Amino acid sequence: MTLAIQLRHRVGGFDLNVVFDAPPGVTVLFGRSGSGKTTVVNAVAGLIRPDSGHIRLLDRVLVDTARGIDVPTHRRRLGYVFQEGRLFPHLTVRQNLAYGRWFAGRARGGPDTDRVIEMLGLGGLLARRPQTLSGGEKQRVAIGRALLARPQLLLADEPLAALDEPRKAEILPYFERLRDAAEVPILYVSHSAAEVARLATTVVVLEAGRVARQGRAAEVLSDASVLPAGVRGAGAVLDARVRRHHADGLTELDAGGVALFLPGLTHGPGAALRVRIAAHEVILARGKPEGLSALNILPGRIVSIRQGSGPGAMIVIDTPAGRLLARVTRRSVQALELSEGVTCHAIVKSVGIAPEDVGAPGAV
Amino acid sequence: MGLGPEEWQAVALSLRVAFWATALSLPLAVFVAYALARWHFAGKQLINGLVHLPLILPPVVTGYLLLLTFGTRGPVGSVLQDIGIVLAFRWTGAALAAAIMAFPLMVRAIRLSIEAVDPGLEQAAATLGASRAWVFATVTLPLILPGIIAGTVLAFAKAMGEFGATITFVSNIPGQTQTLPSAIYAFLQVPGGEAPALRLVIVSVAVAMSALVLSEVLARRVARGLAGA
Repeated sequence: MTLAIQLRHRVGGFDLNVVFDAPPGVTVLFGRSGSGKTTVVNAVAGLIRPDSGHIRLLDRVLVDTARGIDVPTHRRRLGYVFQEGRLFPHLTVRQNLAYGRWFAGRARGGPDTDRVIEMLGLGGLLARRPQTLSGGEKQRVAIGRALLARPQLLLADEPLAALDEPRKAEILPYFERLRDAAEVPILYVSHSAAEVARLATTVVVLEAGRVARQGRAAEVLSDASVLPAGVRGAGAVLDARVRRHHADGLTELDAGGVALFLPGLTHGPGAALRVRIAAHEVILARGKPEGLSALNILPGRIVSIRQGSGPGAMIVIDTPAGRLLARVTRRSVQALELSEGVTCHAIVKSVGIAPEDVGAPGAV
Repeated sequence: MGLGPEEWQAVALSLRVAFWATALSLPLAVFVAYALARWHFAGKQLINGLVHLPLILPPVVTGYLLLLTFGTRGPVGSVLQDIGIVLAFRWTGAALAAAIMAFPLMVRAIRLSIEAVDPGLEQAAATLGASRAWVFATVTLPLILPGIIAGTVLAFAKAMGEFGATITFVSNIPGQTQTLPSAIYAFLQVPGGEAPALRLVIVSVAVAMSALVLSEVLARRVARGLAGA
């Protein structure tokens, strides 16, 4: 395990009590605001001292309250990307980047300055001050600054939350690249299902200060019962590969042998992708539908049906492409006589897959 | 307009007193301002009150308390005398009086600027490997520089003009403890002293104005540095 955490902490009326492990890759702490995500990350960073607990990073114990161990923040060898960037206003971009590198001093490993500048596209910004940067540029510098401190773990607390959609789309690929380069493990806080789907190798779902569920991204995300973002945020993640681009602007993907058609992607043939399919974009049919405009039809078998008191139901379907989530009405469940084990077809409109839901695959 | 030797003496002494009063109390003022702005400790309100006391007490009272404490027969003064330091009726005593009177102004200005620094920046510096001392030197200090400049200039001006506590504690000895305000006061007590008094008043105004302009220029330069132009 890269990171092993066991924490108890009380602040006001809030009681945090979590135990989880983070393997290499991106571990996303996922939950509503107020579920304790930031508290966990701040405890790892040493910005708060937990009432009791144990935190181990690789072979180093950072916190062990029973033995009185509490490594000060500046000796923990972390990189922390904050929601608001927190760049030093009195330093240039170049000096901001150099800050952590200088203190890392003799520490070995990690990417060198030139590579980070190139990877994050910071070359043109070096002489500027943080106040003159856009939100997206600030976050790129903040990521670079954290990486150059040669951290053994990168912490990111909702690094995209303060950005608008185009800026989010600008920053997300950098985190994907970091994950795929596998140079540094990442503990990433988010309440966005789309971010989790694109980034996570491991998901830890927090609810009211407790771990509600943890596991590999594909498993956790296809479990409708634990999604804290509610039914609106629910969606399954499929791994796919680009087969070819069609003349009419569609891109054909291969997901476990099934063809998926998406509006034109820029990835070359053979490129591996992660596609998130939102549950509310999926239609179910008992027989193989014909005369339908939707291009993507996946045969499958119903694994589970969850219904609450509302009019909706969440259905998990096993298909050759992977697990899908479908959000349908309870009326449809009765009309189609859907139940566990029943075979059906899942239908997804090509344009129902948002461009921001297509990303690079996770290295696991 | 020529200054007589006695007048020059008063100006030079005032500059010396104000310089040392400001220079020596600055590090302590930064420390106290930081403690008051950032730390939670028992007796914080007491310290805060003590620091501000000279601002509200009549200066003569402060001077008399100094005389009781630091006079050659006072509890601190007698100890200092044993190791060869005498403050009462010396220019060093004038510097002490000026420093104590100017201290609250300096602490106030610096404390306000420290409170304006986002603690998140200091946390960020810590996560990047900076110890507390380094965080202070590389993040906090540069960001509060405008406040330090403002506090220093204010304190210097106050120290130049200190009268009540100074005259009570170290008297008004020409060449020894007769600072600019004491000299003006002394000239006004004798017939024909109006002319030298007026000359010293003009010097006072000039010094005060230069200090103000200097602090403006410095503050603007620092602000420009922070704004990244």
